[in-house]
Parts: sequence; C-alpha cells; structure tokens
Amino acid sequence: MVKRIPVGAHYGLRDWLVQRVTAVVMASYSILMFLVVLVQRPSHYGAWKSLFTSQPMRLASLLFLLSIFWHAWIGVRDILMDYVKPTGVRLAMQVGVVLLLAAYSLWSVQILWSIQ
Amino acid sequence: MRFRIYRYDPEQDQKPYMKEYDVALEPSDRMLLDALVRIKASDDSLSLRRSCREGVCGSDAMNINGKNGLACITPLVELKEPVELRPLPGLPVIRDLIVDMSQFFKQYHSIKPYLQNSDPLPEKERLQSPTDREELDGLYECILCACCSTSCPSFWWNPDKFVGPAGLLAAYRFIADSRDQATNDRLDDLEDPYRLFRCHSIMNCVDVCPKGLNPTRAIGRIKEIMIKRMV
Repeated sequence: MVKRIPVGAHYGLRDWLVQRVTAVVMASYSILMFLVVLVQRPSHYGAWKSLFTSQPMRLASLLFLLSIFWHAWIGVRDILMDYVKPTGVRLAMQVGVVLLLAAYSLWSVQILWSIQ
Repeated sequence: MRFRIYRYDPEQDQKPYMKEYDVALEPSDRMLLDALVRIKASDDSLSLRRSCREGVCGSDAMNINGKNGLACITPLVELKEPVELRPLPGLPVIRDLIVDMSQFFKQYHSIKPYLQNSDPLPEKERLQSPTDREELDGLYECILCACCSTSCPSFWWNPDKFVGPAGLLAAYRFIADSRDQATNDRLDDLEDPYRLFRCHSIMNCVDVCPKGLNPTRAIGRIKEIMIKRMV
C-alpha cells in the first residue's frame, strides 16, 4: 500500500468550541458552589443533603459533570492522537474512553438522584 | 567573545557535538551574523545559511541561547556568553546549523499560498480599497524563516499533519484578502483536528517571530470565521 499521510477529517471546530463552552460551564459551577458554601455555610450532614436534594442544584451538578466528561473526551482523544500511533489500537482506546465516560454520565445521574 | 556551536557532519561525525570558539571581534561587528562570518573565516568547515544579512531573506534562522531568531538582526551586546548556537529544533539536520526545511515548505504549500480568483483578469490589476489592504498588515510580512513553526511543540510532534504557525498565518493572509475567492475551500481544508486544531495557543510563535508578527492572532481569526460560517 502507498504510504500516505491523509489529513482533512472535516471536523475539529465543534470540538474546539465544545471545549470552551464546557470550560465556562465548569468555571461557573465552581464559582457558584463557592458562593453557595460561603453564604449558606453548610456545617453538618443535613445541610449538605438539603443543598443537594433541590432540583436546580441537581441539574446544575449534572450539567457540570457532563461538561467534565465531554471536555475530558476531547482532551483524552487529543492525547491518544499524539501518543498512540497504530490506528486499530487508537480506535479501540477511543471507543473504550467513550464507553467509560458514557457509563460515568449514567452513574452520575444515579448518584445525584439517589440523594433523598 | 565566546561561542558554543552545534557541529554535525553526517559524513564524518558519529553524533553531533558542541564546539567552542573564542573570537576577537572588531568594533564593526554588531550582529551575531558578523561574528559567525568571522568564525567561518577561521574555521571554514562550519556550515550555515545566510544571504541578505538584514532580516529579509530568512536564511539564517537558528536557535540562539535557546530561543529561535535570525542571526543577522540579533545584536551581539544582548547575548549572554558563551553564546550557544544550535540548528532550528525539530527539523532534520543536514549539517551544522543547516536544517532540512522540506517539511516546513510542504506545509506552506498545502495551504495554497496564492491568490485564487476566477473573475476575468482586469486590464491592469485587481484593486483593493485602502481598508481592505490594511487587513493584510501583520500577515504579508512573513519571510518564512521557520523560527515560529520550529518553536512550536505541536509542530515538533506532528510536522507532517499540523500546518504550523507560519503556514496558518499565510492561510489567514489569503482568507483575509478581499481579492481571494476561495475562502470556503480554504476553511474546508483547515477544518481538521490536526491541520488547524493542534494549535493550543501557547504563543511560542509570537514570542520568537523576528518580524514581530502574531500567528496566534491569525489562527484565532480563522477560528472566528469558521464559527461565523457554522453558527
């Protein structure tokens, strides 16, 4: 087979944009959490629990976690692109990472909604 | 003045080594290239590229005390001794300070660095308004010395796939040109996780550019236009 270096995958902008947007989501959530803790000063288990049982907090936390996972996917994919050269191995590892992050996402939902 | 210069002649040397030089400079020796010419006069086995000796041809780019630059416009007084000179990092060494720039120019050619316009040729020339012309300032001045691309870790790692700062600056030079009609094709070509998006904006290119250009800003503009096209 001819040794070619094919480029021109016609994607990249969306991932680049996603990385920025998810970073903003994570930063906002971090600031929000900091302020909530600063204002409410939850000092015992009950206070923490009631903080995380409210629906807006659950949704914000889920959004934050999904942002981490999506952000992580792009970062880890970039690392695999740089360091894992054989296509088959890289594809397998990428699929593994996607499945793992998908599982984490579902697990996050389960954890967040299990707090009663 | 003391120098430590990278020497490697693949026909004779097993591996590269650093050679020390101590040269007596004349008062007229102001730039690093003057000193190199003097060293070469005493040791003509030292190989380097140079031509215009005034920062226009881009031949004498090298790694000077750890930072890429042009020897001809680097004042000797600003250099710490011993001055350590190495070839541009990341490219194959042909001999001493001379590197093989094929990969660099291959990337440059890949962005089609010429005006594409299918309108019939006007009698004299394709005109631009002064405002449109201003868009090209800070872009057209690039002399392709490769200081930027060879200081970029993304280019070191993927020189065959990542266009590199010099190539991307040139790409934006044509995207920004009001006379060019291939903007969409150019954007399509760069919409690629390697070709454009290996740039992580660490700005080594801006730091070293001997012409004071800003490839990172040009890359940012390309991304802006892509977003405009997508959203």
